Amino acid sequence: MSKTLIRGAKVLGGESQDVLIDGGTIAEVGPELWDADVTRVVEATGKILLPGLVDLHTHLREPGREDSETVLTGTRAAASGGYTSVFAMANTFPVADTAGVVEQVWRLGQESGYCDVQPIGAVTVGLEGQKLAELGAMHESAAGVTVFSDDGKCVHDAVIMRRALEYVKAFGGVVAQHAQEPRLTEGAEMNEGVVSAELGLGGWPAVAEESIIARDVLLAEHVGSRVHICHLSTAGSVEIVRWAKSRGIRVTAEVTPHHLLLTDELVRSYNPVYKVNPPLRTERDVMALREALADGTIDIVATDHAPHPQEDKDCEWAAAAMGMVGLETALSVVQETMVDTGLLDWAGVADRMSFTPARIGQAEGHGRPVSAGEPANLTLVDSAYRGPVDPAGFASRSRNTPYEGRELPGRVTHTWLRGKATLVDGKLT
Amino acid sequence: MQRHLISAADLTRDDAVLILDTAEEMARVADRPIKKLPTLRGRTVVNLFFEDSTRTRISFEAAEKRLSADVINFTAKGSSVSKGESLKDTAQTLEAMGVDAVVIRHGASGAPYRLATSGWIDAAVINAGDGTHQHPTQALLDAFTMRRRLVGRDAGLGQDLSGRRITIVGDVLHSRVARSNVDLLHTLGAEVTLVAPPTLLPVGVDTWPCEVSYDLDSTLTKSDAVMMLRVQRERMNAAFFPTEREYSRRYGLDGDRMARMPEHAIVMHPGPMVRGMEITADVADSDRCTVIEQVTNGVSIRMAVLYLLLGGNEPAVAHPSPTTTLTTRRSAPTSELRTTEEK
Amino acid sequence: MDKQNTQDTQSDARPVLEGPDIARVLTRIAHEIVERAKGADDVVLLGIPTRGVFLAQRLAAKLEQITERKVPVGSLDITMYRDDLRMHPPRALARTEIPGDGIDGRLVVLVDDVLFSGRTIRAALDALNDIGRPRAVQLAVLVDRGHRELPIRADYVGKNLPTSLRETVKVLLAEEDGRDTVLLGAKQTAQ
Repeated sequence: MSKTLIRGAKVLGGESQDVLIDGGTIAEVGPELWDADVTRVVEATGKILLPGLVDLHTHLREPGREDSETVLTGTRAAASGGYTSVFAMANTFPVADTAGVVEQVWRLGQESGYCDVQPIGAVTVGLEGQKLAELGAMHESAAGVTVFSDDGKCVHDAVIMRRALEYVKAFGGVVAQHAQEPRLTEGAEMNEGVVSAELGLGGWPAVAEESIIARDVLLAEHVGSRVHICHLSTAGSVEIVRWAKSRGIRVTAEVTPHHLLLTDELVRSYNPVYKVNPPLRTERDVMALREALADGTIDIVATDHAPHPQEDKDCEWAAAAMGMVGLETALSVVQETMVDTGLLDWAGVADRMSFTPARIGQAEGHGRPVSAGEPANLTLVDSAYRGPVDPAGFASRSRNTPYEGRELPGRVTHTWLRGKATLVDGKLT
Repeated sequence: MQRHLISAADLTRDDAVLILDTAEEMARVADRPIKKLPTLRGRTVVNLFFEDSTRTRISFEAAEKRLSADVINFTAKGSSVSKGESLKDTAQTLEAMGVDAVVIRHGASGAPYRLATSGWIDAAVINAGDGTHQHPTQALLDAFTMRRRLVGRDAGLGQDLSGRRITIVGDVLHSRVARSNVDLLHTLGAEVTLVAPPTLLPVGVDTWPCEVSYDLDSTLTKSDAVMMLRVQRERMNAAFFPTEREYSRRYGLDGDRMARMPEHAIVMHPGPMVRGMEITADVADSDRCTVIEQVTNGVSIRMAVLYLLLGGNEPAVAHPSPTTTLTTRRSAPTSELRTTEEK
Repeated sequence: MDKQNTQDTQSDARPVLEGPDIARVLTRIAHEIVERAKGADDVVLLGIPTRGVFLAQRLAAKLEQITERKVPVGSLDITMYRDDLRMHPPRALARTEIPGDGIDGRLVVLVDDVLFSGRTIRAALDALNDIGRPRAVQLAVLVDRGHRELPIRADYVGKNLPTSLRETVKVLLAEEDGRDTVLLGAKQTAQ
């Protein structure tokens, strides 16, 4: 049996340790390890060793939009970014609203071998917000769906949302809400505020997100369910979630890397690479989101990795698709915004990007401590690196990153999925 | 290297005054037997209209032809151009034909900016109205009309609009004319007041370099010019205001209201007017209303812009590089702004 | 063109015509116009901005003294007709002011300060073409410095001034510059 020894890594940013991987499992963690059967030694002095990252919010686009991403290219991108588990959103063509589609995605993930793929099931048929999809059947399928979301669209009907929250209690599922009041966001193209007023672009008001979150935490409380908030983006949303948690409501929330770093000022370029939903907000919102992620009001970072082909971004703002790729830059952005600013240590990063998302999504074998006997899902980060983002090097099929040319810290050098190296020295295996 | 006119906000005071002064000379060409100058001979200008606007297109076309440019009209309304790739493809097609300037009208805010900065095309880009963003030549012709009427044709040369009080009334939210005018009039030293029901003002208007009022009557008596914006009846259906009747009662300009304006004050309208909505027929037809003059002046202004952007080997009015545009925006300190509450 | 080459006049330029010379020269040109135009009753003077306009106004005043009749005087901006527009940034336009009765059937005398390559006059002739149809067009200049690039000559010359291409000729007039003088200097070499 092959054994790998990771030598001198700072486990979760702490003391330097050696980590011995035996097959798919971490065999031992401690100083100065040796084993006669070690076939590979990874010199990791100074690097950070994290549990494999878990992304609760990824768009893999397959089936239907294989021109922008496939399960294979998406999972390769995930491995490049240090992820060992991703949750694939349901807004594919056809929509992942039946056991058949979720099983297909799940199987493709199994075949890729780069990263576990856990399909998310649609809440309503066709994401249309009117009729519940067969949530139970998707849960019982081989894919074992536990997270349900109409992401891309809001489950805006209060009764449907209530029923969904109640229904998934039967099998411990969770509804992940894309909080966007549809009437308030008709024709919305960017954050509504000073910049949208000047640019003459349709406004996406913060209240359209906040009002839905407020409604849904109250619904969750009323029916005794848990609810997860996708890509929370405003300071007001943070306040509502903070209040809900203080009341004991079982709400969890995610923030995307781009909402931790970018603001709506960038839209002045009219470059659709900055067009995303929910939209980039203001500096004040960015600061509130960072603080909330640090204090745990926001539980996790999720990428909302949204690949689009070039022609959907190489056009005028109004015609462009919304979304950014994020899997391959997420950890760097988190280091830039949270670690290098002193808001979060690496143990905190492990919590927000691995332990907690795995717990919310019930990703078995992921988000486990780096200790003996655990599955060897690991990510090794060179946190001292700093360099410009080059989309040409992306494993993703799409290049719609807002960070092109931007200097960011940190580089994932190795990723192990159950002991198998998927990324070695920054190169996919 | 940059030689575009995308936003009125990109013009300095001196740029704007130079354009107005040049337009004053261009206006005199209209009095000649041969209303034509050889200045842009051999230059090709494309009027790229993704949105129907016969009057703006004709105005540009007249200006281009008076300067002897070769004119190509490209009307793309209703075709597949709402898909973004078409803008790029169209641009590259025009580039391949060797055009010197593109006058673009587009329903999407930012499309001219994108055209000018995306690298799809080398030609000069002149914004003839984009979405609810900007319509800089309209603002220039409005300022030109104001300067002529309020300062004088010859007396106005070299002058800006310092201290003139301009009131803009109506659907500011959906108006590129309002945005452009606020930018330009502020640059030219005028004091601008926007009057509209709160539903038709954008969130964030409080940061604009102007005052905001919900009350038309109190601002009329201290206005040198009142610009009425078109209000589309369809807005009513989206609950921006209850009824046409209520809108015109509160924000429409009728003879009684016009009589309360100072004697020298003028009434302006970018056209087309919705008579009976924002303006009554007697006001529209009065000699205080400059709407026809504005059309005439539009040709002179567009000639001036075309000459200053294309007449030489580099533009005389510099559009800053995109990166500067990002930082030199409206920057009036918020503390100086006041909102006049409705009494 | 002409004026282009007079901009870099050095401070050590020497006067070749002084105030009284200029006045005398203009008086002579006025008399020549009356003589050649047989009374000058259909003459229209059009000065080419900037300094040609002042010279035209001075000539008109002198013609009025001589003929005791009002002589129409105006200005003709040739900027938009220049053949070197694309070699420079666009210039600010000057005023074209055609006297009320127009130029059709009249004797138009173009007035400029310096005649050099002749390109300004070529542009002026084009501009005139768009304004009307004069009976004849003549040209009066204060200084002819030679070096013509086009088949153009002046009908009335204040002073023929042989120059080299390395020299500059600068006309200063009281209306614009505070004093009357014509300076001959050496062209500054480009930095």
